[in-house]
Amino acid sequence: MNQKEIYRDANYGKQLVTAIRKITTRPWKIMDTCGGQTHAIARYRIEEMLPPEISLIHGPGCPVCVTPADTIDTAIELALNNKNVIISTFGDMMRVPGSKYDLLTAKSLGADIRIIYSPLDALKTAMENPSREVILFAIGFETTAPVHAQVVYESSKRKIRNLSLLTSLFAVPPVLEHLFALPDFSVDGLLAAGHVCSITGLSDYHRLSRNYQIPISVTGFEPVDILYGIYTNIRQLEEADYSVCNAYSRMVPEEGNPKARLVLDEIFEPSVQNWRGLGSLPASGFKIKEKYKSFDTLKRYSIKNKCLIKDDGCIAGEIMKGIAKPVNCPHFGKACRPESPLGAAMVSSEGVCAAYYKYK
Amino acid sequence: MCLAIPGKIIEIIESDDFLQEALVDFGGIRKNICIAWIDATEGDYVLAHAGMAISVIDEQEAELTRQALIAVGDLEQ
Amino acid sequence: MNTITCPIPVQEREHIQLAHGGGGKLTQELIETIFYPAFKNDILEQEHDSAQIAMPGGRIAFTTDSFVVDPVFFPGGDIGELAVNGTVNDLLCSGAVPQYISVGFIIEEGFAINDLKKIVQSIADAARKANVKIVTGDTKVIERIHGNQIYINTSGIGSIPESVALSPKNVKHGDSVIVTGRIGEHGICVLSTRNSLGFETDIKSDTRSLNEIVRNLLKDIPQTRVLRDPTRGGLSSTLNEIAHTAGAGIEINEEALPISKGVESACELLGLDPLYIANEGILLVFVPGEYEKQALEIIRNSEHGADAMPIGKVIPDPAHRVYLQSAFGGKRVVEVLSGEQLPRIC
Repeated sequence: MNQKEIYRDANYGKQLVTAIRKITTRPWKIMDTCGGQTHAIARYRIEEMLPPEISLIHGPGCPVCVTPADTIDTAIELALNNKNVIISTFGDMMRVPGSKYDLLTAKSLGADIRIIYSPLDALKTAMENPSREVILFAIGFETTAPVHAQVVYESSKRKIRNLSLLTSLFAVPPVLEHLFALPDFSVDGLLAAGHVCSITGLSDYHRLSRNYQIPISVTGFEPVDILYGIYTNIRQLEEADYSVCNAYSRMVPEEGNPKARLVLDEIFEPSVQNWRGLGSLPASGFKIKEKYKSFDTLKRYSIKNKCLIKDDGCIAGEIMKGIAKPVNCPHFGKACRPESPLGAAMVSSEGVCAAYYKYK
Repeated sequence: MCLAIPGKIIEIIESDDFLQEALVDFGGIRKNICIAWIDATEGDYVLAHAGMAISVIDEQEAELTRQALIAVGDLEQ
Repeated sequence: MNTITCPIPVQEREHIQLAHGGGGKLTQELIETIFYPAFKNDILEQEHDSAQIAMPGGRIAFTTDSFVVDPVFFPGGDIGELAVNGTVNDLLCSGAVPQYISVGFIIEEGFAINDLKKIVQSIADAARKANVKIVTGDTKVIERIHGNQIYINTSGIGSIPESVALSPKNVKHGDSVIVTGRIGEHGICVLSTRNSLGFETDIKSDTRSLNEIVRNLLKDIPQTRVLRDPTRGGLSSTLNEIAHTAGAGIEINEEALPISKGVESACELLGLDPLYIANEGILLVFVPGEYEKQALEIIRNSEHGADAMPIGKVIPDPAHRVYLQSAFGGKRVVEVLSGEQLPRIC
């Protein structure tokens, strides 16, 4: 059996479910912090396999969903008002609503918007189109942020002048700390996002686990990985062991990826970041350092941050805090559907509402 | 978040023009992936995210997890 | 003193110009040097404004489809072949014997005439393979937009034998659902050619006409309920359409889906769901449960049917939904795609 087969093997899954049933003695609320996990949980109906004592909460796990509407508006305005601009971004961003349009609509109105697989492709686009201005709409958590940083680093080294980044980059530990400190936060255990940890390493998670007395399982994305993460988390909860368990150690070394963090720290510094649905949180994002300011789209085009636009009736913030579930929202599946989303959690296929809708 | 999938390095691409890349096989399809952040060689399995290899798969840890999974099953026998 | 002479107009052209669609000399040149030689048949040679066809009595199937694929040449085929096979397969799905096809071209100026020749040749080849005649056509040239693009509309007619009664309304609980080949090949092949999203692969488009499968199946199992080609929107859209019209649910089994390793891996790399990827050379076949084994044998022994698999059953379901039983254990609803499936990274 190869790696992939092991982690999709129904027998391992059944054994883990049986083991989870056996060790669970009371109700536990477990939160995942990754859209990929939310997606897999919905796709493989993992919640239905678990004993009724366990409920799963879907935390802020999707950088697409937490990208503020005004940042999307900025991308759209730049693309529509300036025929020389090429916007490069991931496919996920195309359908996320700004305050008026999404990027797909802007594209249909004549904006040059290109879907990329890798931020490095934006660098290639800039090199191939020296007379155009390439704007990399750089979204992501700590996994993707260093890839964007690498683009700036390479561009600076090569003296590429026609590329800049419109950033919407997020750091996970600060938002977790914000949630843990909320008076109404009632989650017992946490599944940390494996791929984020493969870059950051586990030091922040050790600190969080200790300080807030919450067990953390570093968890992967295949169904067996997720069940194994839940199993180890419940074992810790039942034993009152508030530490970090690396349930995804084949991909996540304790120290993360130092080279990626080096380039991240070279280009970006922590900054206040606005999370759609959660609001503005200190040091929870990354901004381009002064030294590299010519690569900052906002500075290059002298764009000021606008005031926040509230999502109409969207309760995504409550869902991410673990206070509500998508089905508790009066708009879910009615006014708010993937083809006409009210909030971003319904747009991105990693969004918790979209995952619930697709796999309901 | 952060879609990343494992693949096997089949060829290191020699180039001094761009970041170090490798041709990586993802089960029947192949794509150039940047390997500037990892120490890996042909035959290694890497985890690729957005065109970057972000970690090398630790075979020893993979085996330990597999044994842990088997142990969970054995508990129930 | 210099004599003033008018320069002689260019005679040999390598690229399509607006005048090729203008109805004048250049249009005539295209018809005589490219279209007629390739499509040559008795009806076309009547040279009327419209094709005149002697029709048998009974029901006629009539269908139309437009093809805008980019790139126009892709591994395993091109837009011309696709345009014939697509319309032939649509006719086959109504149980008709495909007979006559029309071809309308909309070409951007600047399109290479050699590429047009290649496309026309593959239209002719595909028509020959599917045993249909190209009996009428049209060419328009539009101003350059993207460069190097051509669009093709094909319409087709065929006669429906009296014994055939295919309709999604016939579908009943307990019917078996068979797919005649591997899924997702065409969509993934086209995606692999995209700049940034592209990858190296041996996956080729599955564009092909499926005459033999349909002929053999309908000959031996006239009880066949419905045939459908799951093109745009993939398996999920077609299954949902049938479930909706039939007023029943459909349950498919993930493990049974024929899918190549390459298509599966490409979907994982780009975060796509193979159930929503376009196909061009497979059919979904619904037969009464008791005919499943026989139908499978017939399909597998027909051209392009070797990879056929029974993938599920029709079930009673008041919500008329499609369900996927995953290999891991859970069962989920397969929704209709709300818009184009986009690659994702997050």
